[in-house]
Amino acid sequence: MTTICASTRRGLVLAATTTVIIAAWPAVAQQPAAQPAPTGPPPWAQGRPDAASSSPLAPIAPPPIPTAADKLPVDKLKVPNGFKIELYAAGVGNARTLRQGDKGTVFVGSRLLDKVYAIVEKDGKREVKTIYSGLYRPHGLAFKDGTLYIAELSRISKVEKIEDNLDNPPKPVVIYDDLPKDEAHGWKFLTIGPDDKLYFQVGAPCNICMPSPAHAQIRRINLDGTGAEVVARGVRQIVGMDWNPITKQLYFTENSRDWLSEDIPEDKLNRLTQPGKDNFGYPYCHQGNIADQEFGWGHSCDEFTKPLALLGPHSAPLGMRFYTGSMFPSEYRSAIFIARHGSWNRTKKVGGDIVVAKLNDDGTVKSIEPFMTGFIEDNNYVGRPADVVVLTDGSMLISDDFNGAVYRVTYGSARVGQ
Amino acid sequence: MRTFLTATALACATALPCVAESFQERTALCLTCHGESGQSENLEVPSLGAQPAPFVLIQLYLFREKQRRVEPMTQAAQGLTDDDLRQFSDFIAKLPAPKPPQGAPDAARIERGRALAQSHRCGFCHSPDFSGHDNIPRLAAQREDYLVKALREYKSNTRAGYDASMAEVTQPISDSEILDLAYFIARAP
Repeated sequence: MTTICASTRRGLVLAATTTVIIAAWPAVAQQPAAQPAPTGPPPWAQGRPDAASSSPLAPIAPPPIPTAADKLPVDKLKVPNGFKIELYAAGVGNARTLRQGDKGTVFVGSRLLDKVYAIVEKDGKREVKTIYSGLYRPHGLAFKDGTLYIAELSRISKVEKIEDNLDNPPKPVVIYDDLPKDEAHGWKFLTIGPDDKLYFQVGAPCNICMPSPAHAQIRRINLDGTGAEVVARGVRQIVGMDWNPITKQLYFTENSRDWLSEDIPEDKLNRLTQPGKDNFGYPYCHQGNIADQEFGWGHSCDEFTKPLALLGPHSAPLGMRFYTGSMFPSEYRSAIFIARHGSWNRTKKVGGDIVVAKLNDDGTVKSIEPFMTGFIEDNNYVGRPADVVVLTDGSMLISDDFNGAVYRVTYGSARVGQ
Repeated sequence: MRTFLTATALACATALPCVAESFQERTALCLTCHGESGQSENLEVPSLGAQPAPFVLIQLYLFREKQRRVEPMTQAAQGLTDDDLRQFSDFIAKLPAPKPPQGAPDAARIERGRALAQSHRCGFCHSPDFSGHDNIPRLAAQREDYLVKALREYKSNTRAGYDASMAEVTQPISDSEILDLAYFIARAP
């Protein structure tokens, strides 16, 4: 109770400051590197109650050098009976987004490093190639008809026929760069819809603030970069999106604000049903039913699109994919595998696992259960899952950005490659 | 001073890539620029003593990969193996912590700096005594001119950090506030 009172008081101070920020926005927006000035602490610490000032809960940075293959926590990871987990590739520094090309190449994006990797199999041997260095937070990847799309912090590029040129990859061609340059929540997730458009988010440039009209949204563009439009608003940050193979609707994970409390708000699984109209509530409403103490006044959570499911407080759900393969048992068909990166803004860590969300026929969530666990040991991370992808053979890859590794899950007697 | 800096830069840049040298000889070159016993005597060259090893490792890695471009460090880090980077990081972390400048400080500036450090919550990540930990650098008794340089670079987005925190935190801090913050933190024991 003390904490809530303290943060409300602080909220009032922030509210006064925010008015000034909004008034100053047009001037700020003309400076490419400028931010809609927050009031001091880094974005993840904005809105942090004063009572927590001695808290050791700061973001956890992974080591830059990938963990050696023989030191990886593969044996600590647990999957349900009948499934097997094995190392797919080590030495993939800060491995984040996973995509598979038409010819089988696995592409891997990164956030803290400047690299995009390609994992290829040649003559029965698997190899990790760094196909690009010197990119700026090349987190978002998408692949369609031979072309790789790469989303850096503030621009989106494409590389045609990438799989034919992995030994001499051509320079990516920029197709879209009308994007803010904020570092906070600036990294992108990229996906291509059934409408053949690129979808990506522009996150909120802060923990909790009134975002500009250019922030806190999902945009889509044509594959040549034209025709940009906003399809959803009120999203804080998204690091995973995918398309329901049956209803063709966009589902996405959303990371909720920090520093409200240990146990609320929870992070969300959302569904876009009304492109251009859906607003998911940020910064007014969290987890579908908690009005923000500062921005929530004058609003009701009923104004906003409700989450499909809550995924745990601070659990940081990132990559997610519908299971479209046939290797796993039928109960997993069209279920969603979600990588929960794990919390930092919480004393007892939660997440650090892969959960599976099984759906009802109408696309709502029937159940959510753990699928892969073991990334947390004695309240410390031995690894952190960042993304999942279903390969054409029906097996599933998991990226671990803490160790710079990719794991593979198979079911039954399927042989895992070398 | 510029001539001196160029000279030391050349010394580091030309000598470090000679990887055949012993580890001790190579660390001696680090200390030529960064100072014996962890305390730098050179303008805008940081003191490294007692920096957390994981932080140093990240910086050396960023230099080697040219994600952080500072000559002569970018050049000096070329050709170093991952194990080299770890060995240098462990060595640097064991150097004694630098000491704050002697003499009576300007009490008004100290108070302004302390208030700024509090309102911007510097001690939250960097520890209340600014000693740093893990991937968070030690700030206590760092060279004042280096602190000013680093804060200005973060604010202008010309120093690409490992993650976004410092680029963000410095946006609303004015240049005169940067000077007071650096004055205060440089004098933290």
